[in-house]
Amino acid sequence: MRILVLIKQVPEMEKVKFDSEKGRIDRKSAGVEVNPFDLNALETAVEIKEKLGGEVTVLSMGPERAESALKEAVARGADHAYLLTDKKFAGADTISTSAVLAAAAEKLGSFDLIAAGEMSVDGDTAQVGPQAAEFLNINHAAYVSEVINVTEEKIRLKTSLWQGNYAKTLNYPLLITVTKDINTPRLPSFKDKMKARKAEVKKLDYQAIKDNLKIKNVGFKGSPTWVENIIVPEKIARKGKQYNQDQKENALTDLKKLLQDKNLMEA
Amino acid sequence: MNNNELLILAEYSNNRIHPVVYELLNKGQMLADKADLTLSVLLAVPEEINTDELFFHGAEKVYLMEDPKFAFPDEYFYKENILSFLQKNEPEIILTGATHFGRSLAPRLAAALKTGLTADCTELDIDQDGSLLQIRPAFSENILAHIKSNTGPQMATIRYQEFAAAKRDTEKSGETIKIETTYSNNPQLKAVEKLSAQKVNIAEAEVIVAGGSGLKNMKDFEMLQKLADIFGGAVAASRDVVDKGWMPKEHQVGYSGRRVKPKIYFAIGISGAPQHLAGMKEAETIIAVNNDPSAPIFNIADYGIEADLYDFIPEMINKFKNK
Repeated sequence: MRILVLIKQVPEMEKVKFDSEKGRIDRKSAGVEVNPFDLNALETAVEIKEKLGGEVTVLSMGPERAESALKEAVARGADHAYLLTDKKFAGADTISTSAVLAAAAEKLGSFDLIAAGEMSVDGDTAQVGPQAAEFLNINHAAYVSEVINVTEEKIRLKTSLWQGNYAKTLNYPLLITVTKDINTPRLPSFKDKMKARKAEVKKLDYQAIKDNLKIKNVGFKGSPTWVENIIVPEKIARKGKQYNQDQKENALTDLKKLLQDKNLMEA
Repeated sequence: MNNNELLILAEYSNNRIHPVVYELLNKGQMLADKADLTLSVLLAVPEEINTDELFFHGAEKVYLMEDPKFAFPDEYFYKENILSFLQKNEPEIILTGATHFGRSLAPRLAAALKTGLTADCTELDIDQDGSLLQIRPAFSENILAHIKSNTGPQMATIRYQEFAAAKRDTEKSGETIKIETTYSNNPQLKAVEKLSAQKVNIAEAEVIVAGGSGLKNMKDFEMLQKLADIFGGAVAASRDVVDKGWMPKEHQVGYSGRRVKPKIYFAIGISGAPQHLAGMKEAETIIAVNNDPSAPIFNIADYGIEADLYDFIPEMINKFKNK
């Protein structure tokens, strides 16, 4: 099995600060990490490799520093790592990002399975996976929460769609986007981390994929959407009533009245 | 051919039109009036259905595509058929619900049409220049981005329960146009079957009683259920207790679970991590019970009660049952 995993480096969402006055995201306030959902995609790929044999390649588009995300992916079981990095890729929306990723996937050769996280925690769009599948003209399965069965010929997946769960059996080539429920990513061992440090991350610029994608589809120019404005809403705080340990009776009385006023109590 | 339409791609599953469609008809009507567009709906169904409800809620035209294969969520099959329709009838604006299926199908259509798509919008408007202004949260709900597209059709997926449903008026009517499917079979999909329906949809409950890591045992959710039963409400949970296996995933509220907007949200033993707040901060009234007075949940609560939940919840149940 030849498996490709799409990786994104994102800010550490727990630490990143937002300036509501200036409407800005202070990216320097936090470090970076691998998009958490992508770790589930990588774990899925590594588990399939362990079962059927083959190779796992990881691919990311981003600035030079995204190399560290790909090295982490190697520590977690990837065999090869590629970073798409070029000023020409900057300013890309989901269409342009997925077009570049799809072009690179074609360039790197025929993958049986491509796996990605259900979305990134900074973009929150969930669009890059399905769009890359469209550009590659292959099927995709989104919101995959379980690999029920996998062989060299086909894969059976549990997907959460239409307010229920559906089992889909699909042939390769196929792209999947996975939810957090699919697995718990293993932590890399110290030895794996040391090995990954020396791993080579191969760089791809626009030149490397130019036969697969026209320049007009790349970066800001290839992006049909743009962000006109960003608003950082004030942290919502409600000036609520507070009751301490000794005011329980007051709390109970007030709550009962609230629920009666809202007509939520049984008559 | 551009046909000056605002088209809603309707989700039809489990023998019903998803309720987000009626919300989109409401918002869509306002946008269509402002931009002088015809409000239409594209509905793909496994067997013929009556489209009156769509007209009652404001649709002027309904395009109806019928094929038994629409009984299953096969994105590729839907995409091929809807795409050939859209290539012949190019709307100005396409809106669809940001359900899992909507967020899986719409990106393929946008990529195939090489047009912009904005995900999971919470507000829409028509700008002075007549273009669609799309507003959506990003960075794990921390910011609101205002987005525009410079290609047509302008496409967006819209979050469920952001807008009220359109008013129903049984005097209204419209035109149903049958559309032939052009793609008959997806050879890559070998089998598809429904495993389970979701048993509960906590998003539809008026009262939600949610438990978090302050609960000591799985069994303690029975106590929360008792409280919920008083109001015919639903029990929910934060991510950490779902991860422990104490509650099924479909009860999880938060960024990686469900977003809910009930009339009353009880947060019981929930500290209030940002990921949890992302799922419930828009509840009408929030009641928090926690023994830690510094818990962040108190910053967002309308009623914050510092108490041991094991004392307070039984007392509350007693008080409420006691008329």
